Amino acid sequence: MTSRKPLKTSGPAFRKALTGISGFDEITHGGLPAGRPTLICGSAGCGKSLFGAEFLVKGIRDYDEPGVLVSFEETPVDIVQNVASLGYDLTDLIKRKKLAIDHVVIDRQQIDENGEFDLEGLFIRLAYAVDSVGAKRVVLDTIESLFSGFDNQAILRSELRRLFGWLKERGLTTIITAERGDGQLTRQGLEEYVSDCVVLLDHRVSGQVSTRRLRIVKYRGSTHGTNEFPFLIDEDGISVLPITTAAMDYQVSDGRVSSGIEELDDMLDGGYYVGSSILLSGTAGTGKSTVAAHLADATCKAKKRCLYFSFEESPHQIIRNTGTIGLDLGGHVKKGLLEFHSARPTAFGLEMHLVQMHKKIEQFKPDLVVVDPISNLRHNSEDGESSEMLIRLIDFLRSRGITAFLISLTGGGSALETSGEDLSSIVDTWMLLRDVESYGERNRILYILKSRGMPHSNQLREFVISSDGIHLVKAYLGSKGVLTGSARLAQEGREQIEASALIAQEQMQVLRIRQRQRALEAQMEALRAEQLASKEEMDRIESSRSERSDLEAASLNAMGRNRTRSAKSKS
Amino acid sequence: MSKKPTFNPDPLRQQKMEDGAVAPAPAAEEPSWHLRLFVAGQSPKSLLAYSNLKKICDQYLSGKYRIELVDLIKEPHLAQAHQIVAVPTLVRQLPEPIKRVIGDLSNRERALVGMDLHVA
Repeated sequence: MTSRKPLKTSGPAFRKALTGISGFDEITHGGLPAGRPTLICGSAGCGKSLFGAEFLVKGIRDYDEPGVLVSFEETPVDIVQNVASLGYDLTDLIKRKKLAIDHVVIDRQQIDENGEFDLEGLFIRLAYAVDSVGAKRVVLDTIESLFSGFDNQAILRSELRRLFGWLKERGLTTIITAERGDGQLTRQGLEEYVSDCVVLLDHRVSGQVSTRRLRIVKYRGSTHGTNEFPFLIDEDGISVLPITTAAMDYQVSDGRVSSGIEELDDMLDGGYYVGSSILLSGTAGTGKSTVAAHLADATCKAKKRCLYFSFEESPHQIIRNTGTIGLDLGGHVKKGLLEFHSARPTAFGLEMHLVQMHKKIEQFKPDLVVVDPISNLRHNSEDGESSEMLIRLIDFLRSRGITAFLISLTGGGSALETSGEDLSSIVDTWMLLRDVESYGERNRILYILKSRGMPHSNQLREFVISSDGIHLVKAYLGSKGVLTGSARLAQEGREQIEASALIAQEQMQVLRIRQRQRALEAQMEALRAEQLASKEEMDRIESSRSERSDLEAASLNAMGRNRTRSAKSKS
Repeated sequence: MSKKPTFNPDPLRQQKMEDGAVAPAPAAEEPSWHLRLFVAGQSPKSLLAYSNLKKICDQYLSGKYRIELVDLIKEPHLAQAHQIVAVPTLVRQLPEPIKRVIGDLSNRERALVGMDLHVA
């Protein structure tokens, strides 16, 4: 999650010590000043002690830097218990000689001051503890307790100055915690002594939701984020947002993921891009969650993993509701491909939600993340803040190649083609669902406002939710716009009638032509017969003529012979 | 800092070093006052505290006390065990309850109050 390599610092002499606290090392560009004291101040319960404890534990665990915790308030038993709730086993670290805890008790009742003294005892204890584990890190929590233990403030102050000097001399990266004072950072003005780095922790309640914030007041010799950064404490310790710095150099994929709706895939030329972010906005009751459920179903059917964050419905509710349109999300849950996380948006601030989402994503390693709806989260944060955080979330998902499906509820009054969180420019595909009121009906329409890097349909499609899922019906364009619902059905009916009339007409025509053909054939038959008869007649004439000529020739011959005979007889 | 053993945690051997001081009661019978003075090396404050303590004890607790001197430079682990922050610290181990006085004990009246030593 966080980059572990030390970042560039201003000079070779200036080293930084990574705290291992997620997010903190990013905003400080590498952690706290190494070998120097840092002051962490804040009011009661803002997480100072925990910051210190995490700094030590992570130092030991991740960077092999043993540590010493000098506690002026809590007993070692308490500390061990408190940190155990974050999953750190301090007793083991103590046993392995990686951590030393020294509890300094100053009982005002027992002590009487008499004349000159110094705090050499504290120095000796600290030196002893540091030497016993070879410590590189020290936490003094809360050193201000000394002020209530001693009357002679002049001695105390000069001794504290000496102590900080001593810590620096020994090259110990130190965290000193202090209570927030009125009008100044700390009650006792400790910031005067610790000049290298001062971090302020704050705990504010806004809109009944408390948010912890962190600000680096001062960091000598280093650049640092100057904003107030929200942070939170949960079972994994402190996380400062941003958890990751938003970079733009992520890899992109050419692969497509099916939306689970055949017609929508066609509209998108094959589906959404893998790893892209999709925003679906629409008014209430337009079926946004159903579209998301289809995508989740399709993803799980393709043996991919899906993480579904729901801020409106419980998992059971979603499973039941999508069951009625033929999707078996419960089965995917059982197979471990689908995981639901439901939380009330008001349960905690946006920061907490986002950090939890980050964590769940890290754990579950999904291919698809659905956030339903993203617009609810913004109610808990100040304007401007939410969009920045959501952009970070999107960037985070993109950098992981996780497809993000975000649902945004558009309020009734606001313009439709706006996404409340100003996400429209960030997302890759933006689809809009809306209602169309006509002929006393309310019908749903879906269209694609934009979809980067793919040819996509420009059509408005009617969106029908049936018992076997979503269908996108080709919309009819009439003189009054898109026809939906019963108007579309009426239009369909009309077209059907027209079509059948056409068919009947055609059949009649065919019949007529066939009849005519048959008539012509009969005529042709008669003519053929006539031709035959005339030919026969002709033949007859021909033959009688030749017979006649034969007879003529024969009679001529006979006459000739007669004549010859008579002449012979005459002579 | 110097490691020269000016102070010795063993109270029995202090008799030799502290000239003119009245020797504490022998170790065999436990004195009713057991005082522990925590110091760090031979800083002027430590030396002053010891001599002031010695004077008070000699004057008011002659023969009834034992001073155990602890040099934290030599035995740093004792600082944590005895919850020492300021130096010098005088701890009245006996009689109960435990009392602590920090500083060089330059104010004798206050030291007596701090040690809960009632002077007749």
